[in-house]
Amino acid sequence: MTDVFVVGTDMIRFGRFPTRTVPDLGAEAALLALADAGLSIKSVQAVYCGSFGEAGSMIGQRVLREIGQIAVPVVNCSNACATGATAFREAWMAIKAGAYDIVLALGVEQMGKGMLVSPGAGPIPTEGLLGSDTLPSLFAHVGMEHSRKYGTTFEQFAKVSVKNHHHSTMNPKAMYQIETPLEDVMGAEMISYPNTKLMCSVNVDGSAAAVLCSEKKARELGLMSRAVRVRASALSSDPYGSRNAAMPDFNAVTRIAADGAYDGAGLGPEAIDLVELHDCFATAEIVHYENLRLCGDGEGGRMIDEGTTSLGGRIPVNVSGGLLSKGHPLGATGIANICEIATHLRGEAGRRQVEGARIGMTHVAGHVVDMGSACAVHILEKV
Amino acid sequence: MGSGGMDLNDITVSSTARPIVGYIKVSREGEPYLCGTRCEGCAEIFLGPRRACGRCGGQDFTETRLAPRGRLYNYTIVHRSFPGVPTPFVSAIVELDGGGVIKGTLDGVPALLDAVQFDMPVRVVFKEIAAAGAGEEPFLGFSFRPL
Repeated sequence: MTDVFVVGTDMIRFGRFPTRTVPDLGAEAALLALADAGLSIKSVQAVYCGSFGEAGSMIGQRVLREIGQIAVPVVNCSNACATGATAFREAWMAIKAGAYDIVLALGVEQMGKGMLVSPGAGPIPTEGLLGSDTLPSLFAHVGMEHSRKYGTTFEQFAKVSVKNHHHSTMNPKAMYQIETPLEDVMGAEMISYPNTKLMCSVNVDGSAAAVLCSEKKARELGLMSRAVRVRASALSSDPYGSRNAAMPDFNAVTRIAADGAYDGAGLGPEAIDLVELHDCFATAEIVHYENLRLCGDGEGGRMIDEGTTSLGGRIPVNVSGGLLSKGHPLGATGIANICEIATHLRGEAGRRQVEGARIGMTHVAGHVVDMGSACAVHILEKV
Repeated sequence: MGSGGMDLNDITVSSTARPIVGYIKVSREGEPYLCGTRCEGCAEIFLGPRRACGRCGGQDFTETRLAPRGRLYNYTIVHRSFPGVPTPFVSAIVELDGGGVIKGTLDGVPALLDAVQFDMPVRVVFKEIAAAGAGEEPFLGFSFRPL
């Protein structure tokens, strides 16, 4: 089976664009990625379009109406926060299977403001009556479980926001590019302990795209100079756990995908030079250090304390600013991560460049309340 | 500050009170309880009925009543929720004695970090929640209270 390369990738700056249409947002990223590859839409042989909100509404076709109705296979997909990465993975797999040479993977979302509200299942909304099912609360529970096991503190979780917001000041595509000192993060409005408002990612609009290519075609078209190899792709859904009904287990679903990716790549965490992981909330980042095997169990707090995951540290995490600053348009995030890692592997990340980056990892992990989880991990390699 | 509704300690409820989740049931005698399902293959306990075991795939089940008490495994103090939901409140995940893990609201303590500890013993207290419309049957829910 062929190696698969990302030969073009880009994203729009995330923000709030209530007057734009979803297809227009998607079209912009698609055209940017194609331009980055130096390819026309006419070269594309299949399109995988991820959008949590619009997957049921032919979003891929609506984007192609804007940029070129090439009549190729279009698959629209949705997988909670792993939507974009799932579209990317399906594109990868189709090329690996030998079905196509050039495939466009696109992620797009228009979110609106405020908390995400899941569809209710019972006769009346149970929020507040049966505990809390808001996403900040779900991830507050995740952080509190880590506190229970390892004594991780509010301050340690808050340091994640300080770090990622600092990183974002070097990323022109991040929605927010503002420093937030620790006292501001801890003193911000408490949403669900220990997550304050500055420890929650923002719902924003955005899109990102990648053009994937088989090795043979990439060489034939002379695209190898900026190509990035997809070394591994892994996707998991939530395994059984005794506490699942009360508390989704983001650790288990992530470990399965992470271990699968390391296995597929034939390398271990020590080989990873930088990571873009799913910091939907500051508490999530700490647990994912351990879930992605960047450190041992219980060492997540120490990692943030020692600056290990800051730009310049041993294993920089979320130098893009992460979801906390860049924003989290559900369908786009999974491909925006790919774009960020590829940018570093190409040596094009400017002020936030991780020096000598050769191998990078992306991670997204999503969940819909009372429904299920999905986690996708990709490993990319400099050619 | 509680989550609203009338506590039903040792009180029977109207058989037409509507459970807010499928694993709250009312016995023929009018006693509310939490309904669990035990897999005979692997002894795992589920909330509500099942077709097959999510752990071992088995299809041999026994209906069981979950204990109305347990220990606090995990909590958070919620300060901002969906529009219209009064805060703060304690979102609590409780491991029930004998099996079953459920999420609910912890009443009977101030919604403050000092008032809540991991592993504190709690009991399940059923509550009737008035419906919004006049003449509508009440809803039936539960909360936790310190034991």
